[in-house]
Amino acid sequence: MSGQLVQQLVNGLLIGCVYSLIAIGLTLIWGVMNIVNFAHGDFLMLGMFVSFWLYTLYGIDPIFAIPVCALLLFVLGLLVYRYAVSRVMRGPMLAQLVVTFGVAIFLANAAVLLWTPDFRVIDRPLLSGTFALGSVQVSVPKLVASVGSVLVSGALLLFLERTRTGKAILATEMNRDSALLMGINTDRVNALSFGIGSALVGIAGAFLSMYYYIYPQVGGTFGTLSFAIVALGGFGSISGAFVAGILVGLVQTLGGYFFDPAYKYAIVFLLYLLTVWIRPQGLLGW
Amino acid sequence: MAHAKGIGLVRILVLLLALLGPASVLAESPRVIRIGAVYPLTGNIASTGLDCRRGAELAVDIINGKYDLDLPLARGEGLPNLGGAKIELVFADTRGEPKNGIAEVERLVSQEKVVAIIGAYQSSVTKTASQATERLKIPYVCSDSSSPTLTQSGYRYFFRASPHDALFARDQFNFLKDMEKKGQKVQTIAALYENTEFGSNVGKEVVKLAQEYGYKLVENISYAANATDVTSEVGRLVRANPDVLMHASYITDAILFTKTFKEMGFKPKAIMTFAGYIEPAYLPAVKSDGNGIVVRSTFALDLAKAKPIVARVNELFKKKYGTDMSENAARSFTAPFVLADAINRAKTTEPEAVVKAIQETSFGPEQVIYPWQGLKFDPQTHQNVYARGILVQIQKQQYVTVWPFDSAAADVIWPLPAWGSR
Repeated sequence: MSGQLVQQLVNGLLIGCVYSLIAIGLTLIWGVMNIVNFAHGDFLMLGMFVSFWLYTLYGIDPIFAIPVCALLLFVLGLLVYRYAVSRVMRGPMLAQLVVTFGVAIFLANAAVLLWTPDFRVIDRPLLSGTFALGSVQVSVPKLVASVGSVLVSGALLLFLERTRTGKAILATEMNRDSALLMGINTDRVNALSFGIGSALVGIAGAFLSMYYYIYPQVGGTFGTLSFAIVALGGFGSISGAFVAGILVGLVQTLGGYFFDPAYKYAIVFLLYLLTVWIRPQGLLGW
Repeated sequence: MAHAKGIGLVRILVLLLALLGPASVLAESPRVIRIGAVYPLTGNIASTGLDCRRGAELAVDIINGKYDLDLPLARGEGLPNLGGAKIELVFADTRGEPKNGIAEVERLVSQEKVVAIIGAYQSSVTKTASQATERLKIPYVCSDSSSPTLTQSGYRYFFRASPHDALFARDQFNFLKDMEKKGQKVQTIAALYENTEFGSNVGKEVVKLAQEYGYKLVENISYAANATDVTSEVGRLVRANPDVLMHASYITDAILFTKTFKEMGFKPKAIMTFAGYIEPAYLPAVKSDGNGIVVRSTFALDLAKAKPIVARVNELFKKKYGTDMSENAARSFTAPFVLADAINRAKTTEPEAVVKAIQETSFGPEQVIYPWQGLKFDPQTHQNVYARGILVQIQKQQYVTVWPFDSAAADVIWPLPAWGSR
């Protein structure tokens, strides 16, 4: 019993860290631009496919595919920002809302067209298998993915707080007009944040590809969960998204284990509803 | 006045009959009989739809041409009682969406003038399509959808030749009883099922049958098929430690659960499954980790050992399409025979007469490509009373028939080997 409790705690932490990384990318974009990127889950899917094709065509293991995924998704983020999002930033609110929605539908369908709706897996990743820690089974790729997610999240925080560019992003997030008055090129900051947010989810995709199946609709549930995580942590709050991601991972596994797996997502969304009821700005929002 | 009006009515009736007369004569000896076939030809499961289409097309080839097979109408050309009339399939694409089930059936009947319907693979689409045929009073023979509820509505025009999930579930339990006779004791069972129409219905059956067959149900888990992580579900299974797991899943969750079973070292004596584990995408995704898992099916190529006709039909299929016949193709292969045979016996395409003839269908065991006693519809439910499933086990990454024992191509591997040695 207690063995399974620890096991479920570990499982919750492992998946929670990956949720965090996915959600941080989303919250960064929201914080800076007040735009919800509905295509976030599909960016995750693209990250996974990049990793898959690098492995299948060139034999590059997912662990080494990470920088490529990050770079390609960064460029994709820039392009989507430049040619879709920035065009409607000055338009009506509704247009801003639906533009990323359109991108999402386009990406998912393009993926079906290019790669068929089949399921793929990376069959022999360098990191695989499990090891036992007492009575607890720990999956090696999941461990690597979650430790990696924590490291990447930490690196992002350092970048934001220690570098001039990072500070410019934070300043824009706090107050766009003041940032503009202080001489910050907010359009560049927008593009950069969109790129970084996309790169982060690309990295998450590479991590997931080590142990998860890959298909065009794979981003769906991850995307929905990351919206809840962002709102739970506080819109635009990086550390909030980090904490909320881990919280959701834990609630999901422990809730599923102790109550009923059929309701594990209901429990997650109940937690979210309770939080916004008591604290509308989210756990760490302001 | 009233009297004159009565005569007027009679006159009109006579006139109408006179008009209808030649029309019904025409309907009795058409040269081509059109049957509507609704399948998901595009969309997410387009590859499945294509499989189904091929199975039905081959069946029509056999009906229309001369083949030395025991299948109904195979030896003659076309329908002898209708002057050798040929069957023509008119395909319609449902894109896997229930609303198109209705729309396409209506279009086929009103514009394409089809006299009967087959299809639609997905139970949810078959459900709406069968509502449409019921309203239009058009016979519908389905041999590829498995939700038990389809034959529980008491529809007059809808018939199902293939087994449904309640029968499949019973097969699984009969298998366990047969294993007990071989000295393999099973006491505890866990039920695991995805929570939509398909899975929850299987779950209900499993729970009911476990009690009926005297097994202890130690865990009963319903879950969301689109879950990103199933460690809590598997954690509960590990804790419950059942002898046998019964799992109803789609393809994504079948893959995810298999990986999580391995990761968390879940090892019951047997894993008995429905649907997801037999999808063509499953084995390429899990490879040898799938070995030892038992799946319900209606068809397997190795049935040819006990039933030579399976090999002969597969030869024809291979010649025409260049690949082996899959389970999906084999399922949709049956419905055209049922309709052609019924229309032939009815000697007309008039719906009521055809429905009556379908009701009187009686195929022998040699006239079907499955290990069934034949084909005969229950007068109440219109379900084929002989339909039953087989169980295949994944052995060396191949699906091998292991039950019923008299149709088996190999012995069942029991208990499941350790994860490291699969």
